[in-house]
Amino acid sequence: MQATETILYNRAGQRVVSPDYLLFEAPRTKHFMTGSEAVKEAVKRASVDASVSYPITPQSEAAHLIGELWVEGYVGVYFRGESEFGVMSEIAGCAMAGARCITTTSGPGTLRAMENFPMWAGTRIPVQLVLMARGINSPLSIQPDNLEVSFLLDTGCMIWYAETAQDLFDMILAGFVVAEQPDVHVPLITVVDGFFVSHTREAVMLPPDDIALPPYNPYRAPMPVIDAEVPPGRFLRDPFVMKSNYISYATHASWQWEVRAAIERSRPYAKHYLRGLVEHFGDPEADLVFVACGTASAQAKEAVRLLEDEGIPARVVKLKTIRPFPIEELREAVKGAKYIFVPEFNVVGWLEREVRRYLYGHSNAEIIGAPRVAGGMTMPAEVIVKEVLKLTGKEVKHVI
Amino acid sequence: MAHIGPSGFSPYPVAVYEGVLTPPPGKALMFNEIVDEEIAMREAAKAMLTRQNPTIFPGPQVLYAWNEEAKEKAKLVRKMAEVLGAKIIPMYDYRPKYPKINPAIEINPNHPNLTIWHNKIKACIFVGVHCHYANVALKIIRAETDCFTIAMCSMAGHEDAMITLRDQHVEEMEKFIKIAEEVKKELGK
Repeated sequence: MQATETILYNRAGQRVVSPDYLLFEAPRTKHFMTGSEAVKEAVKRASVDASVSYPITPQSEAAHLIGELWVEGYVGVYFRGESEFGVMSEIAGCAMAGARCITTTSGPGTLRAMENFPMWAGTRIPVQLVLMARGINSPLSIQPDNLEVSFLLDTGCMIWYAETAQDLFDMILAGFVVAEQPDVHVPLITVVDGFFVSHTREAVMLPPDDIALPPYNPYRAPMPVIDAEVPPGRFLRDPFVMKSNYISYATHASWQWEVRAAIERSRPYAKHYLRGLVEHFGDPEADLVFVACGTASAQAKEAVRLLEDEGIPARVVKLKTIRPFPIEELREAVKGAKYIFVPEFNVVGWLEREVRRYLYGHSNAEIIGAPRVAGGMTMPAEVIVKEVLKLTGKEVKHVI
Repeated sequence: MAHIGPSGFSPYPVAVYEGVLTPPPGKALMFNEIVDEEIAMREAAKAMLTRQNPTIFPGPQVLYAWNEEAKEKAKLVRKMAEVLGAKIIPMYDYRPKYPKINPAIEINPNHPNLTIWHNKIKACIFVGVHCHYANVALKIIRAETDCFTIAMCSMAGHEDAMITLRDQHVEEMEKFIKIAEEVKKELGK
């Protein structure tokens, strides 16, 4: 007798395949597209149930393109919220009802919605937020900058950081898989630098669009899904502030630890689906190391090439995840380093702070929080080289 | 489970901060060691059979007949209680209860220590409790009581329990009952 194989299809008629097949095994073809279009292509293959949008530069186009997917039948529910706060609240409602959800925001919109992010984490919803970073004003800036990430570090959400449109495409798909693991099940903020990635075109390798991730199964969630028809779902997730006189402080403490524990549990899954939490570039023996994320790591890679011409070996450790922070990977990667530069696109140096925190007592290297640009300034590779040459006392050949 | 004691500024210990994660598929976690499922099942049965006032805390996933597996599991929970000589105290609702719970007959994840203190429970099994609430409760129990905690989880397990059995469905529960019967015999009970 011949064996039969059950083939599953999602609501859009796409064949459901395993995450490993979609991410690692399916044949890919080269396309030329913007970061915003890469978001669309990822969502198209992600069996997304709901998305809520609100315009703010530079993420508006990505939000708009997800709307097109709704028209085409790839996304179940799509609407515009009343504000960023409205969007993040409404998407939470969709997620609590058992939907796979994605939304997008940028810069000040992130802060307008801020109260919702710890709420997302506390209610253990695996919403994915694509944050196209733009910085926080005032004065009003519609320029690349990633200051808003510093505000998100302790919300209880996972934070991943894409360098390129390709990273972004793969991270969005991997993100749903990791965030929806029953022992993880916290929101994921997938960050990408606005404008530099959202608005520029680059080559992106895409699997076919007639295959997609398996749909989300809300009955594997660590909290009951709101489903009035199924008994364990008849529990509302009471915000317990409503009855806070009747619960112990122990619950609040334990609950908050549990949310952070959930982020820690994501490590092995993220390692698998992202092929490691860090990426290495350059001379593995070099004692001059750039630790960076996003497009700052792209610029640092260019700086490594320029430094090679100067006869200075250097390397880049690119961090793919910020929460969980790749602590062990970073400590291992900077063994033997004498100088660690942390180039950043923000005024406060939040990544430098993170690097110092986790290397304290684990590295004798001098940590230099430079170069640091903000408010929409670019960071040419030559600027990075200049910082290095200043330190080494070499003549600065590159004039900016 | 890792060491008892504070975690940062919190009095509540958190195993993952000590490097203890949920066990991989096919394995179990006993304190901070990854072991074969059968070894963990034997130790779990032994703890329940030798400690005072062993109690099973079934949660909504096995208390309500919301699917066929739940019905089967509910029967197995009752059988398990018979074999282990354990009481059953349900965690039927996760919401804080006004004005207070009756610790003799119910357990609530927001203050599970009250039920354990009241009934002097020295070993317990969590089964059918949604993972988040099991984790919140297990951290509190570990910090506030000397109860030996066993998590029988249909998902990935709970590293804050002293013994974690993961992917526990009807077949695995039947296996545990069989092992419990053997251990009981070995102990001459």
